[in-house]
Amino acid sequence: MALIRYVPLNPKIDFLGRRNIFLAFSTLIVLGSLLLFAIQGLNLGVDFRGGILLEIKTAEPANVADLRRRLGALKLGEVTLQEFGSNTDLLINVQRQEGDQGAQILAINAIKDELGSTVAEYRRTEFVGPKVGSELKIAGALATMLAMLGIAVYIWFRFEWQFALAGLVALLHDVAATVGFFALTQIEFNLATLAAVLTVAGYSINDTVVIFDRVRETLRKYKKLPLAELLNMALNSTLSRTVLTSFTTLLALISLAAFGGEVIRGFTLGLIWGVVIGTYSSIGLAVPLLMFMNPRASAAEHRDEPAAAGGTS
Amino acid sequence: MVQFPRWQVILVVVVLLIGATFVAPNLMSRETADNLPGWVPSQQINLGLDLQGGSYLMLEVDLDTVVKEQLENLVDSLRIGLRRARLGYTGLGVDGDTVVFKVRDASTVDQARGIVRNAASNLLIDVSDDGAFRVRFTDQAIRDRRQNVVDQSIEIVRRRIDETGTREPSIQRQGEQRIMVQLPGVRDPERIKKLLGKTAKLTFRFVEEGAVPANGRPPPGTEILPSDELDPLGNPRRYVVKRRVMVSGDTLTDAAATFQDGQPVVSFTFDSVGAKRFADATRANVGRVFAIVLDNKVISAPVIRDAILGGRGIISGSFTTQEAQDLALLLRAGALPAPLKILEERTVGPGLGADSVRAGKIASVLGMVFVVIFMGAAYGLFGLLANVALIMNLVLILGALSGLQATLTLPGIAGIVLTIGMAVDANVLIFERIREEVRQGRGPVTAIDAGYRRAITTIIDSNLTTLIAALLLFQFGTGPVKGFAVTLAIGLVTSMFTAIMLTRLLVVVWLRKRRPQALAI
Repeated sequence: MALIRYVPLNPKIDFLGRRNIFLAFSTLIVLGSLLLFAIQGLNLGVDFRGGILLEIKTAEPANVADLRRRLGALKLGEVTLQEFGSNTDLLINVQRQEGDQGAQILAINAIKDELGSTVAEYRRTEFVGPKVGSELKIAGALATMLAMLGIAVYIWFRFEWQFALAGLVALLHDVAATVGFFALTQIEFNLATLAAVLTVAGYSINDTVVIFDRVRETLRKYKKLPLAELLNMALNSTLSRTVLTSFTTLLALISLAAFGGEVIRGFTLGLIWGVVIGTYSSIGLAVPLLMFMNPRASAAEHRDEPAAAGGTS
Repeated sequence: MVQFPRWQVILVVVVLLIGATFVAPNLMSRETADNLPGWVPSQQINLGLDLQGGSYLMLEVDLDTVVKEQLENLVDSLRIGLRRARLGYTGLGVDGDTVVFKVRDASTVDQARGIVRNAASNLLIDVSDDGAFRVRFTDQAIRDRRQNVVDQSIEIVRRRIDETGTREPSIQRQGEQRIMVQLPGVRDPERIKKLLGKTAKLTFRFVEEGAVPANGRPPPGTEILPSDELDPLGNPRRYVVKRRVMVSGDTLTDAAATFQDGQPVVSFTFDSVGAKRFADATRANVGRVFAIVLDNKVISAPVIRDAILGGRGIISGSFTTQEAQDLALLLRAGALPAPLKILEERTVGPGLGADSVRAGKIASVLGMVFVVIFMGAAYGLFGLLANVALIMNLVLILGALSGLQATLTLPGIAGIVLTIGMAVDANVLIFERIREEVRQGRGPVTAIDAGYRRAITTIIDSNLTTLIAALLLFQFGTGPVKGFAVTLAIGLVTSMFTAIMLTRLLVVVWLRKRRPQALAI
């Protein structure tokens, strides 16, 4: 016997009646994210920016001010130090050096010489040349766009165009909100966090598709029901699944954020935010958008095909 | 959906057994796993450099230098050829990818053309009426040359790294002119970077007698090269060295670091061709000074006291023991045909790698425990069945990683944890459907049957969309992102299998044994 039930057996929440609030909220989130991205920008990691990153473990609790002064004296341009988890773990970020690749190696050596016996262990050394940095940037942007496009095409293939469009808008919303999250928190944006953004895209669309599936089914079943009522019915009947799945995913992610170590913490935090926003957008954005595009017209044409594959308007 | 043909039962059992067999070696020590009989899978999960510690280097072969050098060599041979034939010419030099010159007397064009043809093969020769030559290599020749240089570079990089005793290095070509080097377990990447950063082109050349010209312009056929020695004023000493090479380093067969008068030196041995050339040159030039030049720097400039006939010699310079050993290593491995640039480096110390593995294990286990407790609480018996599937799902993911020898990275562990959270989704979808059917008053068998039938299209749709994202990540992602995409994709496939096949099998078996009148879901 199930011990708990999270959602009332037969919820009747009027989601669609609140669609204007949802849309306003989503607009606010997207605009806010874009604004943050434009003003504050992302804290680009060494992967995209190029430069040098060292993670060190000091023999004794680190005197950050002293180290900052000593490394600043090396004249390597901008050098930032930050504690990383504990007071003996430090992250040193050095800007890209002028000149050729040799200059970068010399800079690493200069830092290692200067730090000398302060350091008990070099835990991580990363150096990315400018050429590779910009290549990674392009490849990353390409992967993001193609992933979103691929997903939209798949939905278009499986549903009607209204669904693909609504799904794509919800997807862009989630990606924008996740980028906004990284701009707001200034958590380092690197290859791993890019993967987090793409995973958010995958998760969010997964969630949306489940609800769309139900919308389509309900559309076929109740041909006379007003659209708003019908969409509400689809949302409510999938609600406990939506909540349960998000909850188990968040459980796993929170344990990863708490115990998975410092290196992937930023990545995990981005995922947690993305799962929350992705769950919200399926309910608050993707389905209300369907309301404006009258999916019934298309669905009616396909009522004889159970799979409704490849349908357009 | 509640019918389960025998072959499906067998399929489920076989897949799970295979998964478990592939996971098993990971639970043993490396030695035990290696000693398993040949027909049992014995591969352990391949940990990425970020988990086992090590260095990743992306190198680029500087092909522009190669092309430039090739053109300059062509200029040199043309100069010699034209002079020998006593043809007057002007403006011999390199212009972009072309060598240009003009013969003074237009009637000698044919003769000059012959000289150009002899200087190198695969040339495109363009002559205007007034005797202006434009000579360049065919595109095919340039392509072949570039290809060759990269192949040779990979070979030399491999030899140098092997000489350092690194275990299981991976050296691969990437794109047209890049080399990816992965060095698991390397603790001191600085030394390897230093070794790869040197071209190690060794030549023996005569030194032009007399002081370095004050205007810094070397006499024709010579160049001014610096050395490590200091002159009495404390400036690096410079030498005027002939461009013409007496003997080149590629005729060395062996080199070793040793000591002479308590000083570290490098002894070397020529092959028969090199030995003969060296013997001839030294015999004819007793009393003259020659320079041992490494990468355009004079390491030492000894006076020839006697003809050196044995084909052996010693390079003494101001070396430390380590430098002497490294030089010997470089000479043994051979010179790089072109300089290498380090574009990217990622080194993870063994400490961080071990910490990451530990943290990943804790996070996975805890995530698993949370989800298991939650599913049990939410769905009772059905939740427990889903939990069995969840655990088998983890076994299948680890089995697939071992079997495919995919590399597990830190983001890959995150992918597994995420999959644990998302894997229950398929079961949740099915169980929620069954609940709905029960609510509509259907009996257990029909409810379960309808629940599965209805949920399956949704499961496939939603997982395929995520799978598309994972595959694109794998295709366009690099390094850590790829590792994440691999586990995510594997996890999606295995979770679909366990939800649709395994939990269903468990539910059906339970249904047949108990024949319940109502479903407690």
